[in-house]
Amino acid sequence: MAANEDTELKLAHVGKKKIAPKRYWDSTEKRATEDAEEGQKQEEHGEQKKNIKGEMPYLKRKKRKTEAGRKKGISGKMDPFPGPAPVSEDKLKKFKRGEKGKMPQGTRGRLKDSLSGAEVASNLAQNQAARYDLLLPEDAGFLEGDEDEDTCTFLQEDIADAVDITSGAKYFNLTLSQFGPYRVDYTRNGRHLLLGGRRGHVACIDWQSKQLKCEMNVMETVNDVKWLHSEAMYAVAQKKWLYIYDSSGIELHCIRKFNDVLRLQFLPYHFLLATASTTGFLQYLDVSVGKEVAAICTKAGRLDVMALNPQNAIIHLGHPTGTVTLWSPNQREPLVKMLCHKGGVRSIAVDKTGTYMVTSGLDRKLKVFDVRTFQPLKSYFLPAGASCLALSQRGLLCASTGDIVQVYKDVCSTPVKKPYMTHRVRGSVCGAQFCPFEDVLGVGHAEGFTSMLVPGAGEPNFDGLDANPYRSVKQRQEWEVKALLEKVQPELIGLDPGQLGLVDRATWEQRHQDKVQALGFDPLAKAKFTPKFRTKGRSSSGKVQKRKKQVAHEDQRDQIRETVEQLQKETQKKINTDQGQRSALDRFRK
Amino acid sequence: MKVKVLCRNPDDYVRETTKDIQRVPRNYDPSLHPFEIPREFTRALNATKLERVFAKPFLASLDGHRDGVNCMAKHPASLSTLLSGSCDGEVKMWNLTKRECTRTLQAHEGFVRGMCTRFCGTSFFTVGDDKTIKQWKMEAPSYGEEEEPLTTILGKAVYTGIDHHWKEGIFATCGQQVDIWDEQKSSPIRTFSWGVDSFNSVRFNPVETHLLASCASDRSIVLYDMREATPLKKVIMKLRSNTLCWNPMEAFNFTCANEDYNLYSFDMRRLDVPKVVHMDHVSAVLDLDYSPTGMEFVSASFDKTVRIFPKDSGRSREVYHTKRMQHVICVKWSPDNKYILTGSDEMNIRLWKANASEKLGVLSPREKAAMNYNQKLKDKFQHHPQVRRIARHRHLPKPVYSQSKELRVMKEARRRKERNVHKHSKPGSVPLVTEKEKHVLTVVK
Repeated sequence: MAANEDTELKLAHVGKKKIAPKRYWDSTEKRATEDAEEGQKQEEHGEQKKNIKGEMPYLKRKKRKTEAGRKKGISGKMDPFPGPAPVSEDKLKKFKRGEKGKMPQGTRGRLKDSLSGAEVASNLAQNQAARYDLLLPEDAGFLEGDEDEDTCTFLQEDIADAVDITSGAKYFNLTLSQFGPYRVDYTRNGRHLLLGGRRGHVACIDWQSKQLKCEMNVMETVNDVKWLHSEAMYAVAQKKWLYIYDSSGIELHCIRKFNDVLRLQFLPYHFLLATASTTGFLQYLDVSVGKEVAAICTKAGRLDVMALNPQNAIIHLGHPTGTVTLWSPNQREPLVKMLCHKGGVRSIAVDKTGTYMVTSGLDRKLKVFDVRTFQPLKSYFLPAGASCLALSQRGLLCASTGDIVQVYKDVCSTPVKKPYMTHRVRGSVCGAQFCPFEDVLGVGHAEGFTSMLVPGAGEPNFDGLDANPYRSVKQRQEWEVKALLEKVQPELIGLDPGQLGLVDRATWEQRHQDKVQALGFDPLAKAKFTPKFRTKGRSSSGKVQKRKKQVAHEDQRDQIRETVEQLQKETQKKINTDQGQRSALDRFRK
Repeated sequence: MKVKVLCRNPDDYVRETTKDIQRVPRNYDPSLHPFEIPREFTRALNATKLERVFAKPFLASLDGHRDGVNCMAKHPASLSTLLSGSCDGEVKMWNLTKRECTRTLQAHEGFVRGMCTRFCGTSFFTVGDDKTIKQWKMEAPSYGEEEEPLTTILGKAVYTGIDHHWKEGIFATCGQQVDIWDEQKSSPIRTFSWGVDSFNSVRFNPVETHLLASCASDRSIVLYDMREATPLKKVIMKLRSNTLCWNPMEAFNFTCANEDYNLYSFDMRRLDVPKVVHMDHVSAVLDLDYSPTGMEFVSASFDKTVRIFPKDSGRSREVYHTKRMQHVICVKWSPDNKYILTGSDEMNIRLWKANASEKLGVLSPREKAAMNYNQKLKDKFQHHPQVRRIARHRHLPKPVYSQSKELRVMKEARRRKERNVHKHSKPGSVPLVTEKEKHVLTVVK
């Protein structure tokens, strides 16, 4: 679009010069040649720019070819926008993977060819992916007030009235005052909703069509509910044990290894269900094979604050001491321990890209941390403190205080003065979650469930092969098989998930040391020298000792010999150089 | 108030009819696809495992010979035709697609020593223990006609090998000397000998067609130019070479199969040091053949295995064996780069896939795409220890396994001894000799 405006401007500029008004008999060719010149100028300009940028010679060659083909169009006119459409830097940056490798000096031959080939291929892939962004069908939602209107003053009813009927129907309240307060969970594709009331009421709903899939009362306290990899199964943390039900409410498993569970998190790519319990245990259950992968005693008391980093599958736990600890199933100790609040931590949320962590504490503060550097970025003071946090796919933050739900925009990057939206629900909020790929926030509270409209919350374009809200049964089955085949092993969970793609630069010595530590002995250590037995009195103890002595400390002797030789060489060198500039007084020197 | 809420029309995302294919909208945003590398690694691991699962290289065994298969020849124009000669003088022609013998002829008395086809594919030549060279028609004789050679040349001594020129009507035989024959004449047009008593094999260079090379029993490999009266040069090695094969893509490179269990790739311009020493066999290597791409070659050994080597790697990438296969005497790589044919002592010709886990037959575009993707993943993670362990694993017959272990120990001991000798002798008096230099004695010009 920018290029288009440019040309228009230029044309206008040309038109300003006093030229006699054109008549139709005034050769059309003249016009054409002028156009051509104009185009050429632009082209040259563009070419220069590109040269400055230092584009790959490979791409340049290709461009020249297309230009040559373009010059003689059928109509005789020039293409005003030659070559492929430019891709903006931001978009390219979005699809960038890793830093551009530097070719080591002296790289030649086949290695150089393969390295530069790989570079070209990755550039092409990046460009293509960035270009494909143009074809994405949907745009994100938004909410803007007129002048002297605050978006936070808008009522949900007004918004629901202003939008189309289907979207308006996404704002609804479920009055379930008997068994509340409710915990909420959406499936990964955002189609299904799971509600778990503290007093035992569990319901799963296809919330868009408002179809009730199953509803039951487990006749026990329900601490948390979580969907597993698809809408076919879900886990419920009940008073004593962890249970797994299927979508029609049939109890599939009662897992007695997992007791007194308070919070659940599901790691979709690892098929792991992480649980935090009152006894301070963080346990991982592999739901594809039903095995406990790890049970870690955190020694931090009751664990009722838990969040998952979706980018690297690290579990964040919040503690009453104000610390947040980061856990992976491969390590007994926390990977990171950070002091975030002066009071206890009330809630944690981690954003989709795994960059920011938002915490709220009993000190009534809301803090934003960079999880890559573990540095605090922003700190806000909320008069009542936030009890429940949730981050949406596009970075909106939901913070609820009592029965008021507040949604903030851009908390991580810019200092925020007032909320983007507010809404008052009927009871105090217990759980909130943004619905993936929808502009909807689900709030579970003491009096039931509220589905709120939050324009701009959800990612507008989903990936059909990953989480597809419109998938058919067949597609779901195929996806399930594929997902199970590429289940990531829990050993690969770490702070940097890209670690595996890097070159292992550990030196031989380091690796050897690790090996020695792991084995408890040095596998490469020399065996002790035992002299051969010799007959005819040649193996008397004295002789044996003598032979041993010959071999003993061989390595040391070699080393000493080498160092001595080197020293001698150096002194010789010094003498040689000194003799060149000896002063007369040197003879008195000792 | 200006407001827009995400609202998708399901018609844009769901297929119109059940006959239609499913719509799959894509979004390549990396933040929607976390764990990119761990997932790729898992896929690579699965692909490697599946490759090993599907590695079933053995396709067919062609039986019919009544003695060990001594030599084979490929048809230059027909992929499905194979010629084989056995130790009882019988020559058989096979149809590989039908896996049956189409023609049998008693060519010689005693062994059929060598065999080659004419470049046009109309006739073939055999040499045998009865001191004759016979030319045969490729077509079977019509009904009532007798099986008779087109021409027969009676020589003075036994011929041990034969090879045909790639473009002209000229062929070369070897025995007590190397002879170049014109097809029209009954005496050789040129004869080469270099103080050697007998030659094992002779091969024409497929690119520089005047050049040929032969292996002699005095441990030498001799190079000739057909246009000159005398041989070019020769290299003498520690042990005898059995056969050699020119690289069909690189005119100056050839590989020889040696009695010392190794194969040596030489650049004919620099014979003093072999380019690569290919080790892995545990007994004498009897035959080899290059793939038509010139990137790999297959070798047959007395240790009852067949191995495939990349042309510039010192170790084999693949080993084929069966319980019933005895000493493999001859081996050929099919001209379409897909199959390997081996002839062995126990009278059978075996057909193998060149790529053990390849799926035969026509692939659908999706299969092809998946295959390419998996190949790329395997390449990407090939050095990861977990992947490499699976990709490298091969089952070996127990004798071969134990023998290779023993050889390794012996080699290590020899190396240690050399090192110690070097260490304890006067500096400079005992030079360190590399593995490549060890096996070549001299180059004579």
